[in-house]
Amino acid sequence: MGSLPQRTNIQVKTEDAAEMREQDLLRRVQAGEKQLFYELVKPYERRVYTAAFSVLRNQAEAEDAAQEAVVKAFTHIQQFRAEARFSTWLIQITVNEALMRRRKAHSEIMEPIGERLQGDGNYTPRDFADWREIPSEVLERKEIRQRLASAVAALTEKYREVFVLRDVQQLSIEETAEVLGISRASVKTRLLRARLMLRDMLAPGLGAAWFERLPFEKGNKPW
Amino acid sequence: MVVNCEHVWQEVSNYLEGELDPSLRLAMEAHFKECRHCTAVLDGTRNVIQLYGDDRLFEVPAGFGQRLQRRLAQQLGPAGFRRAGGFWMLAVAATALAVGGLALGNSGVFRQPEMRSPLARLPHGIPPSLIVAVSDEGRVFHVPGCKYLHKHESENPKLMTAAQALREGYAPCIRCLREYLSERVECPRPFSPSLQRSDRPALPGQPGF
Repeated sequence: MGSLPQRTNIQVKTEDAAEMREQDLLRRVQAGEKQLFYELVKPYERRVYTAAFSVLRNQAEAEDAAQEAVVKAFTHIQQFRAEARFSTWLIQITVNEALMRRRKAHSEIMEPIGERLQGDGNYTPRDFADWREIPSEVLERKEIRQRLASAVAALTEKYREVFVLRDVQQLSIEETAEVLGISRASVKTRLLRARLMLRDMLAPGLGAAWFERLPFEKGNKPW
Repeated sequence: MVVNCEHVWQEVSNYLEGELDPSLRLAMEAHFKECRHCTAVLDGTRNVIQLYGDDRLFEVPAGFGQRLQRRLAQQLGPAGFRRAGGFWMLAVAATALAVGGLALGNSGVFRQPEMRSPLARLPHGIPPSLIVAVSDEGRVFHVPGCKYLHKHESENPKLMTAAQALREGYAPCIRCLREYLSERVECPRPFSPSLQRSDRPALPGQPGF
């Protein structure tokens, strides 16, 4: 069975090097080399945009919110204390910016289908389709990516936000709780439900059939 | 300790996060051996986590980075930008950028569509003598210890040189080999250390920001 894979030594070394570079950039930006700020933010562009999109679900609004959040981070960089991770601070500013815009716009016209699935009780899986492990190469296929993106967009916002921060942005449980201002226990409960709902949505149609439909199965590889 | 299906479903997330005490973990593992339904739930949940943790999943709009950079440049720019003449300087610069961009676009330098993530590009420069672990599922080869190897493949890896793996029709894993070769691709951090509340920086809208 086994749990999620642990990081390899190579990954740990890579992360350490990236973190040292980030610390160096941070010191220089805070010391006045403001032109280096983009270098500091660049590795997190995707994460900033995804965080905004997970709240707003609209490409143009998400881009505006993401840009505004980065500008706010830039303006207030002197107030960042390096005890926390810069990425978490940046994502937190982005989520706050996106939440503020959503409140202003009242843009939740189409409220997600997930709501009826959630009560106060436990979530019970609805489907037990077998879904063995799949090669990560399936993500090369646009329709699979679209299907996964649609599934996460269909979650109710409180589940979607937790899921995106933890499983897409890879924040820790504690960081996710901090960003959203909820308890660690709430994060874990919402995360469990989000994961099970997504599994229910994806497993029946995409389970074993993913292998069968791979276009490069018989010597027709795309590389 | 014995657990039933309902108990397993409520703990499957904690099981995958490695957050269970050893006795419950063992009880769940024993349950998975007996229960196909719960095994299906476990496998599916693990797949959800792994698929959504992949950087290639969410597309960032084309040109997002450039637009962000321009926005920051406006913040950085000299006070002159805010004076009356600033508008005209900006307009001239924008025109120059547009003309230059058009010329570059037509030059063929940028005609190849950019793949959405560096991770989606196949790694180059793999040393032929590099020892790799091959996976028969998907016909892919990995750096030993890659998290995309199945557990049984990690425990009993089928090793060979990269040259041999390529000859036998295995394709390189686009994630671990890229990380191995470049040693600078950012990796997901499923088990990040927690942060103390007191360590948190102030945020916009909060006291101290």
